[in-house]
Amino acid sequence: MTQVIVTVMPKQGVLDPQGQAVAGALGQMGFGGVGEVRIGKRIELAIAGDDPAGQARAMCEQLLANALIEDYSVEVA
Amino acid sequence: MRRVAVLRFPGTLDHDSAMRAVEGLGAAPVEAWHADAELPGGTDAVLLPGGFSYGDHLRCGAIASRAPIMAAVRRHAEAGGRVVGICNGFQVLCEAGLLPGALRRNATLSFVCRQMDLEVGDAGTPWTSGLETGAVISIPIKNNEGAWYGDPAGARVVLRYRDNLLGSTDAVAGVANEAGNVMGLMPHPEEACDALLGSTDGQLVLAGLIS
Repeated sequence: MTQVIVTVMPKQGVLDPQGQAVAGALGQMGFGGVGEVRIGKRIELAIAGDDPAGQARAMCEQLLANALIEDYSVEVA
Repeated sequence: MRRVAVLRFPGTLDHDSAMRAVEGLGAAPVEAWHADAELPGGTDAVLLPGGFSYGDHLRCGAIASRAPIMAAVRRHAEAGGRVVGICNGFQVLCEAGLLPGALRRNATLSFVCRQMDLEVGDAGTPWTSGLETGAVISIPIKNNEGAWYGDPAGARVVLRYRDNLLGSTDAVAGVANEAGNVMGLMPHPEEACDALLGSTDGQLVLAGLIS
């Protein structure tokens, strides 16, 4: 089994209200140096067979990410 | 009598009110299960009700959009059959690519449950045939991921919020496909079919199932 890590992030330009709320909270807590905050998700996959990265990319295209609003990246651990 | 298939996924909540609303239109509701490969025999139209299909995991509607029954819904839609998706049903239709755009977290970062004024943006669809463009109807919303994101130029905007508190692109509350036979909306027309609930405007929208 190969460990593959998929990261899914909201596309640049797509409003991320969750990130904005966290940025506001961090500012209120005194972390003055924080600019933009964006929140996405990390998906860990254990994949058997050839070309685990290619398989993970196909999974992203078909289910794990919505290309309209999200970007993804695939990393083989 | 027109037969309306009401889809049920694990986590669907609003099938009972949807079936009651369909009965109120004088049509026969028939439940259809997500794992079925075909719609019930004699299905004239399809309704995808609201809820939290598959627990809203990954993205709202994403997993349901890949369920076996959706291949049959796609064939029905491509043959020109009427399909309406309400709330989670709208999210499923967008994730399935049967409608343009995607639904995202509300700008309020909260679950919003309230009556909304909706303006008809396109009176030329089966779902707005009894209305004029610019007419205002009142239907409630109840959702957490109800902000539509997409290109309004690539969609038929059927309904818009007068107060866009969820943060939808172009204040979109409901869109149809190019042909108009498939429509999705975040507001709940099935909860606005009885004067006791404060509005019967939902019947005007759901009339598209039987016209």
